[in-house]
Amino acid sequence: MLTVDRLTIRNRAGRALVEDVSFSVGPGDRAGLIGESGSGKSLTALAVIGLLPPGLTATGEVRLGDTSMIKGQEKLRTRVRGKVVATVFQEPLTALDPLMPAGRQIAEPIRRFRSLRGTALRDAVHAALDEVRLTDTDRIARSYPHELSGGQRQRVAIAMALACRPQLLVADEPTTALDVTVQAEILDLLDRLVDTHGTALLFITHDLPVAARVARHTHVLREGRIVESAPIADLLARPAHPYTRTLVDSARRFDAALGRHLS
Amino acid sequence: MSKRLHLYIGLVLVLIVAGAVLVSYLWLPFAPDDTSGGRLAPPGGDHLLGTDKLGRDLLTQLLIGGRIALGTALGAVAVGGVLGLGAGLLAGFATRWLDDAAAVVLDILIAFPTLLLAMLIVAGTGASLGTAILAIGLAMAAIVARLVRVLVKQVLGRDYITAARVAGVSWPRIVLSHVLPNIAPVLLVNLALQAGLAVLAEASLSYLGLGTPPPNASWGRMLFEAQATVLTSPVAAIAPGLALVTLVIGMNLTADGLRLGVSDADR
Repeated sequence: MLTVDRLTIRNRAGRALVEDVSFSVGPGDRAGLIGESGSGKSLTALAVIGLLPPGLTATGEVRLGDTSMIKGQEKLRTRVRGKVVATVFQEPLTALDPLMPAGRQIAEPIRRFRSLRGTALRDAVHAALDEVRLTDTDRIARSYPHELSGGQRQRVAIAMALACRPQLLVADEPTTALDVTVQAEILDLLDRLVDTHGTALLFITHDLPVAARVARHTHVLREGRIVESAPIADLLARPAHPYTRTLVDSARRFDAALGRHLS
Repeated sequence: MSKRLHLYIGLVLVLIVAGAVLVSYLWLPFAPDDTSGGRLAPPGGDHLLGTDKLGRDLLTQLLIGGRIALGTALGAVAVGGVLGLGAGLLAGFATRWLDDAAAVVLDILIAFPTLLLAMLIVAGTGASLGTAILAIGLAMAAIVARLVRVLVKQVLGRDYITAARVAGVSWPRIVLSHVLPNIAPVLLVNLALQAGLAVLAEASLSYLGLGTPPPNASWGRMLFEAQATVLTSPVAAIAPGLALVTLVIGMNLTADGLRLGVSDADR
């Protein structure tokens, strides 16, 4: 499905921001990419969809099915986006156009990939909103992003990403900007949707407990390199790399603090 | 002053001028070339504002000058807006070296005083209202282009553009439905401000004899012609001056009110 092979991303000065990163995600798989900010996880996500910001160059290879996302024709990549791969971003306020009603934003990819128009398009938009558990779909579809809550906005973004049934969903810190309670709801929602549609998931986060909840095989990224790769359960139980150990330990300390107040 | 008040006062001032201009197309107190009132008649009687040194009715001249002022504002904003938006969009989307080149050219154009640029163009082609509008519009286009370039770059960096591209939306469609609506508020504020500056620029050009040629009355030329008799018949100078100030302040306050409204919506 997705293969990333010795991906290296350099800036204009030639400094490597991501170095020699390799991993793969099979159909229906759930991979985790965990690391602190600046570790290169978001750049890796952008390289996967073939939309690195100008000034950054990627070497190595990223393949989505048969299509290279860093070499070859842009036209071929355009064909893959939306249909094969879709994304959910960290900040739902900037991920949605502030001047476009939510419904129209969801309609964009549907119109393009499923060639629906008129009432059929409207129904598809409502179905997509329904799927992310938004009630009162009429009102939501007409609302501008600032009229929606953070959780609702992220649901709309997820609806937009999943509307065309991509085979791979790249979720870049989709819950980081949300309240803890809303976080849990969104994670459950992603979990369920990815399961029902058999969508593969590349889940990017800095938050180990969040990764533990949705990801299976997880790669720990630090300063642009993968320092450890293992199923999440093994990572938690037997962290091999010192950095992973620090991550696990600090997560456990939070847990311990909660436990102390319980007793 | 509250932002609403800015906008309302500004719009009222602009609408007063616009209304007077509309009326002038339906009704004028005298024919523009009617000199039956005698030279430099004082205000009052048939001639509400008196007559100028050729005996033409001042109110009539003032109304016709209003047509030219508003026409210049609309024309220059149209020229500057269309050219500036086009050039700014191109630069905003261009590759790095092309964009750098565009930025330098725009900075040089902007460093050049608008009036001087307009005078050069008018000197080359001869004074007429059309060339004055074109010249002012071109100078404005450089300012608008630089603004649009920066705005486009800002919007292109937003996640919703990436989201739209991931969703396979084509570039023309992204520009039409995401980029243009998102740069429109700031662009509109700037154009309103530029409209006021265009009115002033046209008046300055006409004052210098480089704008509207006689016999058409422009407020700038009325000011110039009233200069010699300002002590004996001050109304001939005060009336166009006041009209000019009303329109320009109106446009500036409108821009101000819009700007405050826009930054409010951003929050």
